[in-house]
Amino acid sequence: MQQAGKFSSLLQIFVFALSFFVFQPFAHASEEENFNVGEMIMHHIKDAHEWHIAGPEHGGTSIYLPIILLDNGLITFSSKHFYHGKEVEVLGKDSVTYHYMEGVGPAEGYALYHEEIYKLNNNGELHFVGDHPHNASPTDLSVTKNVASLLFGSLLILLIMFAVARFYRKNGAVAPKGIAKFLEPIIVMVRDDIAKANIDKHKYHKYVPYLLTIFFFIWINNMLGLIPIIPGGANLTGNITITLFLAFCTLLVTVFSGNKNYWGHIFWMPGIPVPMKIFMIPIELIGILTKPFALMIRLFANITAGHIIVLALISIIFINKNIAWAGLSVPMALFISVLEILVAFLQGFLFAMLSALFIGAAVEEAHH
Amino acid sequence: MDLIKPDLGLLVWTGITFSLLLFLLAKFAWKPILNAVNTREQNISEALELAEKTKAEMQALKAENDQILKAARAERDQILKEAKEAANHMVEEAKGKAKDEAAKIVESARQNINSEKAAAMAEIKNHVASLSLEIAEKVVRHELGSDDKQKALATQLAGEIKMN
Repeated sequence: MQQAGKFSSLLQIFVFALSFFVFQPFAHASEEENFNVGEMIMHHIKDAHEWHIAGPEHGGTSIYLPIILLDNGLITFSSKHFYHGKEVEVLGKDSVTYHYMEGVGPAEGYALYHEEIYKLNNNGELHFVGDHPHNASPTDLSVTKNVASLLFGSLLILLIMFAVARFYRKNGAVAPKGIAKFLEPIIVMVRDDIAKANIDKHKYHKYVPYLLTIFFFIWINNMLGLIPIIPGGANLTGNITITLFLAFCTLLVTVFSGNKNYWGHIFWMPGIPVPMKIFMIPIELIGILTKPFALMIRLFANITAGHIIVLALISIIFINKNIAWAGLSVPMALFISVLEILVAFLQGFLFAMLSALFIGAAVEEAHH
Repeated sequence: MDLIKPDLGLLVWTGITFSLLLFLLAKFAWKPILNAVNTREQNISEALELAEKTKAEMQALKAENDQILKAARAERDQILKEAKEAANHMVEEAKGKAKDEAAKIVESARQNINSEKAAAMAEIKNHVASLSLEIAEKVVRHELGSDDKQKALATQLAGEIKMN
């Protein structure tokens, strides 16, 4: 009981600190201009070149991440030169004003608009056509918030798994203790319930490392995304680029694992008349792509939706401009956050499970 | 639209990071972990098999022991029986011997007694005969001590002799 009491008071302090970090930027914004929930949420779930920690959106405390550009050679500088650059207001065609940040110092000649980097034209400005600048963009290889989160998450996974591996290397094949005791059931679950259950029992060994990596990558990065402050909070696994890449990996593994039986079912479906066989070819070919496409969309939508719901619930306070609304919004956000912990695991599990299912179908032997 | 537009920079970073992560984990984490887990599972199943085998062996051993114990018990009983019999036999034998001996002793004692008795009787007879002779001599001497008595006896004897 003593410990529980201590823990709950610690939790209270934590929640208090969080509210300070999370709410302050909105509070500030709501004082000055009309608080735009949609914009704030979109801003959060998209990538950025800075890692905002506290304070107002402009001039608050941020970690300025390095900008790496490929533009006739490698150009690197801190994103501080954008965020602390010159704010430019441009009048668009339909009397809409656009705000963008013009780089100063080493960022001279570039401008940041909606987290995209553009080159300034000969007049030294961005030329807007429609709602997008028409300027050329350099290849942006910057360490953005998502890249930083990706690197941190990967490092965390490496540290955890190396710790587990070190345990076995040191103690041999004994009953696990410590972190190995916690993770071994999960590793065994991926091996038995995901790989072995879906892939031929003589072939599944080869795919276990891939499935384990993909499961832990998604799970741990999902969990990191639920932590509101640095180094968590980035919407990494809810980013379409990440889910696209992961789904593409599963597609590659599936296609390169496909045996004669698998391709036979795609290009010459057995057991149906010849015209139907020809008709089925394009359908089956599209089927190869729709499976990983569904993987991509599922992960992206689930995680992004989780972030949006939590942020929207917290925003209730700022929409109503009354702290009393916290009595409603905080418990609801907490409930959704707890649900998201389940979703974090479930999405990792589903992604690995469906990958295993697709691989299993690709390596399945004909059973006639 | 920004939300569902893939970003080249992030894609490049993800590609590099994920490939590296997959390689490092597969080589330095999953391999030792899965090996250890597999080895342990194998050890456990082997140990279980061994335990099962040992149990069966123990059972067989126990049955064998029981058999041996039973045999030993039977043997012991047999030995005890035999020993008892031998003892009885010996006692009987000893008893018989003793009886014979006793009978022999009694017999020889009887024979001795008889022979002693016979000897004593013979001696007594001799004695009695010599005594009788002495008495008879004395009586005769007395009876025939005077002439008259000799004459009377002669007369008497003469009278007894019947003249046929």
